[in-house]
Amino acid sequence: MDRHLLYLLSSVLGILVVSSIIGAVLARRVQSEKGKATVANLNARIVSWWIMAAVFGGVLLLGTLFTTVLFALLSFLAMREFITLNRTERADHEVLFWAFFVILPLHYFLVGIRWHGMFTIFIPVYAFVFIPFRRVLTGATKNFLASTAKIQWALLVCVYAVSHMPMLLALPLKGCEGKNATLLLFFVLTVQLSDVLQYVWGKTCGRRPVAPHVSPSKTWEGTLGGIGSTVAVSTCLWWATPFNPLQAALMALIICTAGFFGGLVMSAIKRDLGAKDWGSTIAGHGGFMDRIDSLCFAAPLFFHLCRFYFGAGVDPQPPEWVLHLLGR
Amino acid sequence: MMRRIIASLTRLFSGVRLLHRSPHGDGPAVFFANHTSHLDFAVVWAALPHDVREQTSPAAAEDYWSKSRLRRWIACDLFQAVLIAREGITRENNPLERLSACLESGRSILIFPEGTRRTDGEVSAFKAGLFHLARRFPHIPLVPVHLDNLNRIMPKGAWVPVPLIAQAHFREPIRMNEGESKADFLTRARAALLDQAEST
Repeated sequence: MDRHLLYLLSSVLGILVVSSIIGAVLARRVQSEKGKATVANLNARIVSWWIMAAVFGGVLLLGTLFTTVLFALLSFLAMREFITLNRTERADHEVLFWAFFVILPLHYFLVGIRWHGMFTIFIPVYAFVFIPFRRVLTGATKNFLASTAKIQWALLVCVYAVSHMPMLLALPLKGCEGKNATLLLFFVLTVQLSDVLQYVWGKTCGRRPVAPHVSPSKTWEGTLGGIGSTVAVSTCLWWATPFNPLQAALMALIICTAGFFGGLVMSAIKRDLGAKDWGSTIAGHGGFMDRIDSLCFAAPLFFHLCRFYFGAGVDPQPPEWVLHLLGR
Repeated sequence: MMRRIIASLTRLFSGVRLLHRSPHGDGPAVFFANHTSHLDFAVVWAALPHDVREQTSPAAAEDYWSKSRLRRWIACDLFQAVLIAREGITRENNPLERLSACLESGRSILIFPEGTRRTDGEVSAFKAGLFHLARRFPHIPLVPVHLDNLNRIMPKGAWVPVPLIAQAHFREPIRMNEGESKADFLTRARAALLDQAEST
């Protein structure tokens, strides 16, 4: 067990305790009706954060298999929300069955056996080709491109992008073996902290909206304050990662920015579909997709930057029996 | 116990929420829903609070559900369904009589007044059965249930389901007005289900 992982998890615990205390104090002191609603939502969010942090911390401590299964489940639930809101058609039904019950499990199987090469191309190549093939078999041509694109997007965002997080656990790192779980926690902590601090800065001193037509609640003050303070915090966590402080700051800046744009992109899709949230499963937050939208877009970037600059230069190979089975 | 487990699994798969209190108060009720998939009756049944669910019998097609012992067990023992004939109606197997007997014994029923499944998610005009029940039991509340997205989870003609999130909207109960004509009542019931009722 990497002791840095325990230190990071303890910091998360500390943050949660402090925010719960702040939430309780605010609940007593705020009087106005509007303020009360905001504080009630804040406290619902904090309770949900406790649960999410407990689940994620738990699976990280249990190991790679549990973490992979958790992310597979998360992909499933996120894709379920994504397809539910994106009204697909009758002709998409069988294609969707393949996406949910064949492509998603197979992709996570590749993550599980750590076959990096196939993991990289399975959805962008094989699933990309398969989906229009299966759809054309139905004979329905109406909205053909839009329908296939929706499903390809769903797989890329909800499955492919999300799966880079558990795949990070299998990435051989230069000179710091066994720190992968800590690196994954650093990534998730940074992106989620950025979401939280953007929310806090936005609520307390947000004035000018960044993109009023896409997401009215995102302000310049919130975005810059949130990203700035997250970069500061994450830089202080450099000791838990393969990075030096400057590298940690740059990495944090890149993933926070990618996370911000990811949230904005998913908001644009929601707005187009006329919805405020992707779902209502997580109290205070909305759906699973509302919670992981920023992670989706930051995860592949973080993975590739880590692999390019900090990787050991060898990619994980699949087990012998898999190659044997495939006639190699 | 078995029924509780099946209901939980149905909710988990369909994403439908459990109601925390009875949608109509106490006593028997007629739940009527739009019909788009084979899963419809299980979903409405699973969304009801446990004690209401135990007292509710979905109407199911006799020709289909009495074909084998397994189907009969699922329909009659698991879901406590009322089997009704769709063809060859005689005085003995009149669906209305069986449903009325069920209501008279103090149980609630779940019916699909469109008569058949729609494929496009729209709601067809209602058949007369609901009107006859309403006239015969003027004191029993009629609860409209709008099912959304089930036609995408398991559309007519599909072999496999897709795990999307469905919703069951329970609307305010309606009753028949005095002297209301059949056509007016059925139109009003359909509008109530779609939540398009004129505010009066």
